[in-house]
Amino acid sequence: MASPDIDVRYVADLARLNLSDAEAATFQKQLSDILGYVAQLEKVDVSSVAAFSGPVVNNLRPDVLGESLPVEVALSNAPQQENNLIVVPKMIE
Amino acid sequence: MSALYTESVASLRRKLAAKEITAVDVADQLLARIEQADGKLNAYNFKPDAAKVRAAAQAADLSKPLGGVPIAIKDVINVQGDPCTCSSKILQGYTAPYDATVIKKLREAGAVLVGRTNMDEFAMGSSTENSSWGVTRNPWDTDRIPGGSSGGSAAVVGGHEAFAALGSDTGGSIRQPAALCGCVGLKPTYGRVSRYGLVAFASSLDQIGPFTKTVEDAALLMEVISGHDPKDNTSVNRPVPKYTDALKQDLRGMKLGVPKEYFISGIDPEVEAATKAAIEHFAKQGAEIVDISLPHTEYACAVYYIIAPAEASANLARFEGVRYGNRVKNPKDILDLYRSTREQGFGPEVKRRIILGTYVLSSGYYDAYYNRAQKVRQLIKRDFEQAFTKCDAILTPTSPTAAFKVGEKTSDPLQMYLADIFTIAVNLAGVCGISIPCGFTKSKLPIGLQIIGAQWGEENVLRAAHGYEQTTEWHKEVPQI
Amino acid sequence: MAEYEAVIGLEVHVQLKTNTKMFCSCKNEFGGAPNSHVCPVCLGMPGVLPTPNEEAIIKTILTGEMLECQIAPRCKFDRKNYFYPDMPKNYQISQYDEPLCANGAVTLNLLAFPKDVQNDPKVAFDKKIRLERIHLEEDVAKSFHYETASGIDFNRAGTPLMEIVSKADIATPEEAFAYLTALKQILIYGGVSDADMEKGQMRCDVNVSIRPKGQKEYGTKVEIKNLNSISAVRKSLHYEILRQTADVEAGVPIIQQTRRWDDGRGETFMMRTKEKAHDYRYFPDPDLLPLNTEEGLHQTAKSRLPELPAAKKSRLVAAYAVTEYQASVLASEVALANYFEKAAATAKNKSAVANFLLNDYFATGGDIENIPVNPEFFSELSNLVEEGKINTKQAKEVFPKMVAENKAPSVLVKELGLSQITDTAALEALCDQAIAANPRSVADFKAGKTNAVNALKGQVMKLSKGQANPQVVGDILLKKLSA
Ligand SMILES: [Mg+2]
Ligand SMILES: [Zn+2]
Repeated sequence: MASPDIDVRYVADLARLNLSDAEAATFQKQLSDILGYVAQLEKVDVSSVAAFSGPVVNNLRPDVLGESLPVEVALSNAPQQENNLIVVPKMIE
Repeated sequence: MSALYTESVASLRRKLAAKEITAVDVADQLLARIEQADGKLNAYNFKPDAAKVRAAAQAADLSKPLGGVPIAIKDVINVQGDPCTCSSKILQGYTAPYDATVIKKLREAGAVLVGRTNMDEFAMGSSTENSSWGVTRNPWDTDRIPGGSSGGSAAVVGGHEAFAALGSDTGGSIRQPAALCGCVGLKPTYGRVSRYGLVAFASSLDQIGPFTKTVEDAALLMEVISGHDPKDNTSVNRPVPKYTDALKQDLRGMKLGVPKEYFISGIDPEVEAATKAAIEHFAKQGAEIVDISLPHTEYACAVYYIIAPAEASANLARFEGVRYGNRVKNPKDILDLYRSTREQGFGPEVKRRIILGTYVLSSGYYDAYYNRAQKVRQLIKRDFEQAFTKCDAILTPTSPTAAFKVGEKTSDPLQMYLADIFTIAVNLAGVCGISIPCGFTKSKLPIGLQIIGAQWGEENVLRAAHGYEQTTEWHKEVPQI
Repeated sequence: MAEYEAVIGLEVHVQLKTNTKMFCSCKNEFGGAPNSHVCPVCLGMPGVLPTPNEEAIIKTILTGEMLECQIAPRCKFDRKNYFYPDMPKNYQISQYDEPLCANGAVTLNLLAFPKDVQNDPKVAFDKKIRLERIHLEEDVAKSFHYETASGIDFNRAGTPLMEIVSKADIATPEEAFAYLTALKQILIYGGVSDADMEKGQMRCDVNVSIRPKGQKEYGTKVEIKNLNSISAVRKSLHYEILRQTADVEAGVPIIQQTRRWDDGRGETFMMRTKEKAHDYRYFPDPDLLPLNTEEGLHQTAKSRLPELPAAKKSRLVAAYAVTEYQASVLASEVALANYFEKAAATAKNKSAVANFLLNDYFATGGDIENIPVNPEFFSELSNLVEEGKINTKQAKEVFPKMVAENKAPSVLVKELGLSQITDTAALEALCDQAIAANPRSVADFKAGKTNAVNALKGQVMKLSKGQANPQVVGDILLKKLSA
């Protein structure tokens, strides 16, 4: 954590985000600063601390049928559709 | 006589009940005020449709708790049949196919929904400058920012373009803009208000809350929007108190904690002075002031800027132009569809946080960043638990400075992030907090006081805030727009 | 030349049988009109939140119980991040470091193996294949591929899916076959899934590598996809083991890759090599609170534990006096075993009912899951034989009609004019006739060849047109010949 070594292009690719060269350069600098700042967490002794997590609550849904959307509403926001399917460029397996 | 649009919700309700005014009068006056003021503030992404609002006012059931009261909604909450842009280009063209739970509750309470307010894109920011709809201006000085991310909601209430508004608070996004715009903003306990229908920024931190002109109004709105929702697994099944009852008690006997860690270098002297004066005022009104310590405060910002972007990086993965929203024209292939749609659809702050969040979760870094941050978060939560064994509520400044100038901090994200230094820990610990007006700077910019309560401590927070408000005059000031 | 052995591990995804999806209340049903079982939640609309289906959690725990797993006291969900158009949120809600069920095993059995190896003495039929884990996740949408575009139907998106991961304990294609068959059997027993691979209710990814016998280190593993039946898994493994062995012997290194099985051509083809590992960025889903399985869920699952195949088999042997083999076959299909218990309920000879079912009924090629015959007819038929009202030969005449027409055997016996001649006077006459006509057999008998009586018995049966009671005929003949 001490020496932030973020590879902005690699990470942007994981996040499916194109970056211009200018953006990549700006982010490289800004994110290095931010990572430098958060490195202060190294000072905290967390050896006997459990990670934060929400309360344990069995807040479960009974297996009972509810309402679905009518097809035309479900697809009304789709940028491209055909035969009630949402269409995208051909996917490669 | 002051204009109708400056009234509080509670006072509107009284006048409506006494038939001094009609809901349509209220709607008309508000619509006129928006026409007059919003050109200067740019606080609404979608201004209310006059015909629709009048019809809704006409039909409103005045016997309901918010019958006939117009309420503005941050553009991050889904309202069926309406756009919900989150101030992002990527959601252009999206129409919500469902109502958020808070919207259902407002409808059931007879409220009239008016307009969608501006915000930082996907609630990421502290100035409302990161918006595809342009900057919202502070009603007290239009050269300045209103705070953020719920800057639009703060500006419409502070600028009397709405009687009340809903916002969302992930690291201070209700309290900080409320402070900067001179109104009341409450961030409820995590789990108190359903998040169903709120477009998620950081799921473990987000909470919807009210912007109002008075503390009583905040209590009124909380009674309507709170409660368990089977659609939100993180909402808690716990009865909703009658919050307005908490206002009946004055400040005598309340124990109020003042944490030394919140009076640090970097805090604006005028803000510090106003906060200290407010603390003295509480003491004069019979509250007992106790010194407390929240020792891990200094780490809150670092923890937040790991956890919030991490959660956001996953929450925002669904915006890629497949099922809704903007899709880039003629993508070469599916990868290009994703990459280019997201490149063109997201603004720089959103991209920055997605990259940061993706990085801290990525292979080899999870333990050093995310896991460690969650452990420090646990320590921050413990700090509050310990503090609340000694006091009923905690007093701090809301923001280290009053409203800054548009463009002043945009080139240095880290400086911008530090604007939330006093509000972030509240979200990390899952407790509640309110910001109320506690003074003005020499140049007439509002200053906010933050009152923090324990988990489910809203009644204490409201009581303290109301006790202060009823014995001071700050909240009565109206900005000239 | 070195001898090679295969190391095989299976990852099986099983669709759970529930009314609704994993995190929303849309219908969990395959085959509806495209995008007709969708809502804002399973479409990943902005602002929606998941709510976990209690029944899916119980069924996963039940599966863990049936497969001897340890059940986690706490259940939490994680987000698995990757972009793909069939995944609405571009992360899958799954379980990473705390699966609901850990360890466990699937015990193979003779009948789970392919028929052609069931007599092979080298096969270890009761091998235990250990499990790594079972976790619960949500399924993705179904996509259809056209020339330049793909279309997506989100009906399947968000339906509950169990992932069952075996250890690399499987050594042969036949064991893989038996593992899947035995696993499927148990899933059906528990009512957790119909587990039909052809319908995609059970989907299997195979990992296989080879290594010289005796070597400790694993070889480079190859993943095989597009396996749409249990026998395709077996065939693809045979092919892949041969292919890898040939490569290794020719000095061609195996590269880590994913291959696609082409069932028509009976070959695997390379789909992609694994240049870089996926980075799924798992983290706990902040929209879902961890839950306590010890509060009710585990107990509910346990209360639904069915009698499993091995226990059922032992009980059938003890309670119905059927053979071990009959019991195994009956227990291999829960529907068949249940049917048998009804069919044998009032039978005096329960093993005879098992014979009718497993020999005569199976020979008709009829449906085994839903046998279209009143089960009481089986008892009735075997009792008619037992009571000497008809003989076995006549019973064989009644049986196909009983099955085809779902008619009571007693009615059929009348319709067909079948009844056994037990009238001693009539039979004595026929015996005399046979003795007179076959002096040779009589002589043989007298000379000590007691078997010769059978030839005479045959003659009497022929003369009676098959209606004589063979038992009574035998007695009369012996009496007459010994006189
Ligand atoms: Mg899986
Ligand atoms: Zn659904």
